[in-house]
Amino acid sequence: MSAQAIARPRVAPNVARLLRRNAWTLGTYGLFVAVMIFTVAIHPNYGPFEVQSLVVGALPLAFAAVAEACVVLGGGIDLSIGAMMAVANVVAARYMNHHDFQTAILVSVLVLVGGTLAGALNGVIALRTRVPDIVVTLAMSFVWGGVALLILPQPGGGAPDGFLALASGNVLTPWIPAGIVLLIVVVGAIWIPVKLSRIGLALYAVGSDRTAAFRRGVRIGPTRVFSYALGGFFAACGGLALLMSTGIGSPLAGTIYTLSAISAIVLGGVSLAGGRGGVMGPIIAALVLTMVPADLILSGTDPNFGQVIQGTLIVLVVMAGGLAPLLRSRRRAIVPGASSG
Amino acid sequence: MTDDAILLETRGLKKNYGAVVALRSGDISVRAGEIHALMGANGAGKSTLVKVLTGDVTPNAGTIRLEGREVRFNSPANARKAGLASVYQDVSLVPLLTVAQNLRLTGTTMAAIRPWLEELELGDVDLAEYARDLPTPTLHLLDLAQALASLPRLLILDEVTATLPADLSERVFRVARRWRDEGRSVVLISHRMTEVKALCDRATVLRDGSTVGVVDLASSGQEEIVSLMLGPAAASVVVSEGAVADTAPAPKVDPSPAVEVRGLRSGLLQDVSFTLRRGEVLGIVALEAQGQADLFECLSGNRRPDAGEILVQGKTRRFRHPHEAIGAGLVLVPADRALALLRQRSVLENIALPMVNQLKRWGLINTRAERKRVKAATDRLEIDTRAGSRVMRLSGGNQQKVTIARWLATGFVTLLCFDPTRGIDIRTKEQIYRVLRELAASGSAVLLFTSELPEIQLACDRALVMFGGRVVAELTAHDATEAALLRAAHGLERGGTGPAEAAS
Repeated sequence: MSAQAIARPRVAPNVARLLRRNAWTLGTYGLFVAVMIFTVAIHPNYGPFEVQSLVVGALPLAFAAVAEACVVLGGGIDLSIGAMMAVANVVAARYMNHHDFQTAILVSVLVLVGGTLAGALNGVIALRTRVPDIVVTLAMSFVWGGVALLILPQPGGGAPDGFLALASGNVLTPWIPAGIVLLIVVVGAIWIPVKLSRIGLALYAVGSDRTAAFRRGVRIGPTRVFSYALGGFFAACGGLALLMSTGIGSPLAGTIYTLSAISAIVLGGVSLAGGRGGVMGPIIAALVLTMVPADLILSGTDPNFGQVIQGTLIVLVVMAGGLAPLLRSRRRAIVPGASSG
Repeated sequence: MTDDAILLETRGLKKNYGAVVALRSGDISVRAGEIHALMGANGAGKSTLVKVLTGDVTPNAGTIRLEGREVRFNSPANARKAGLASVYQDVSLVPLLTVAQNLRLTGTTMAAIRPWLEELELGDVDLAEYARDLPTPTLHLLDLAQALASLPRLLILDEVTATLPADLSERVFRVARRWRDEGRSVVLISHRMTEVKALCDRATVLRDGSTVGVVDLASSGQEEIVSLMLGPAAASVVVSEGAVADTAPAPKVDPSPAVEVRGLRSGLLQDVSFTLRRGEVLGIVALEAQGQADLFECLSGNRRPDAGEILVQGKTRRFRHPHEAIGAGLVLVPADRALALLRQRSVLENIALPMVNQLKRWGLINTRAERKRVKAATDRLEIDTRAGSRVMRLSGGNQQKVTIARWLATGFVTLLCFDPTRGIDIRTKEQIYRVLRELAASGSAVLLFTSELPEIQLACDRALVMFGGRVVAELTAHDATEAALLRAAHGLERGGTGPAEAAS
């Protein structure tokens, strides 16, 4: 009898399992489609320009969400994502201003390296001092916030047009904004190799269960530092994207992205407990979170009320997501004896 | 048996967590080609020794020699490379990864693990399932298959069979025998004496964190192991403390049932029935994870049982919240004082916490009545309240007394004590036993789980022994000698040699 209990037959075909495991991401796509339909409905002549501005507006948040997702998937949290974005933003705006495209690219590379190191620093501090990461990164957010103001006390600076066009231009047809291509290329080039390699597996393992991961032979410390470094890299991407979308550097614009990024990953199906989720969900959620306030303004709602609606939406979605595991554990409790014969 | 090459030898391994010494002096010597049992009562240090051996924790002192060479492991992966693989008591597969991904983490190839999956009859398991979605016994066997795939010279099985049904345990034993026949070694930790006797060649016995003896199982019996586990010190403790039970006044109260439990099932608890009467202290004895924790959780309203009923003074009760159990007169003193107390708050607040509702006057707390009742309780238990502004500054014994005092002040019918004297000095222990006796004499009922066997004869009127989620023996205080309790707790029949198959 227990032989049957352990040898579970493969009743569920792989497609069903794939759907079940990605249910949340698919739900986020569904939400995106619904909001999109609503947008087109209230917007009589929705066209390439609107798509363009949506992508340009959502790009910084999308990168911030990916950055936060990398850290949270590994079982940590980083409250300095927004501040790191601000630093990347002002450094780029200051040193790209009045220079050509090649210099802008060089500056970008340096900013990305710097962002990666700043992220890694968060990880190393949290690991070495054993101060909880939430405290370390909160403190670091003040440090980076101050650094951003030191570099550029007032909004200013700029970047060559060619650089701005990386986000605001389009590819082949006006319907494909360059920003979305940039996002897919950058995230794809970094995330896909990570996800397919052992370090990516280790990242998920550490986020899921640190003790089990340790016993499986995962080196916990380096893996955690890696996840923060990856977060720092994408935060720097977010800072550059902010420059592309606004055209100038602003020392304070980045800071709001920390909490928005956390909203986006929660909405996008990343478990704050770590180990569950991906980066596609958060990216789609970033688009949704950009569309909702714009739609509300367009439909004549008080923008302040828009915030209320956005918060309510997040709570409702997360509540709905919380139902699934609850139902599953109920079902399992009805079939006892699997473990005790 | 002629070639007695030593594979693994440890000397004086020591591990402490803060002030708590988990392992004092762990010595074990494993020959090549033997199945070696590691035995000891609860908290004797078996699991800590295993964790040290496999690099899960680093020892504070001592040496490990593998084939004569000194080795140091700083992670399980490291130990695995040297040929030591372990299957832990708690499953160590990452829950949110698929089985295949878990195997990839350890670098186990499909070719290497396939034969072991077949051997353990796991061929049908879908490796693309999340570990979380598979039943615990399957995960344990998968963990074992993966350990075997690295072809370790020493395989360590830490209570693997505790959660396995009999037929699956047999698969594990088959592999263990095969391992021995191929000249490799196995260390087996098990509470099941019959299992050990049938399978193992020698046994190392630990007591209080130290190795107290090595037994050749072919030539000696269970009695020797039991007496080693008990040790000579146990007897002297009883004598020096005096028999508290005898000096306490005999109960004069009508022995009506305070709590009746019928066919209770929950978690590890299989089917437990008993009656707890007013005026008695009923002891519960069990090895780790035999369902005692589940029993106390159900009785104190922390969890709803799957089946069975709890009758409080003749009436069926279904508790949905500890608050309801407290209302019905069932109150809990847990082993972990940090769970029961507000460590940052004062003794007064901690004791008064459950009774604030009784002391309300116009919605405010009547502080004078509060102080009076708290004072009465602290005096009765002789609590040293000089450092009383924060409970965390009190000694462990005094903290435990605060937990009991809280219920004294609030009022109760049945006191549920889950290992209340763990880590408490002997004088305070004695005071606690005396209080329990007095409470019983004044008409309360006390249910006392204890991991310290001498306490049963000191404090209890009767004792129930649990094994495999069931009550397997009931003893009067007079009969409840340590040897008798230990034998019953290992699933052995009283005085006999045959196994009590309570686990199947």
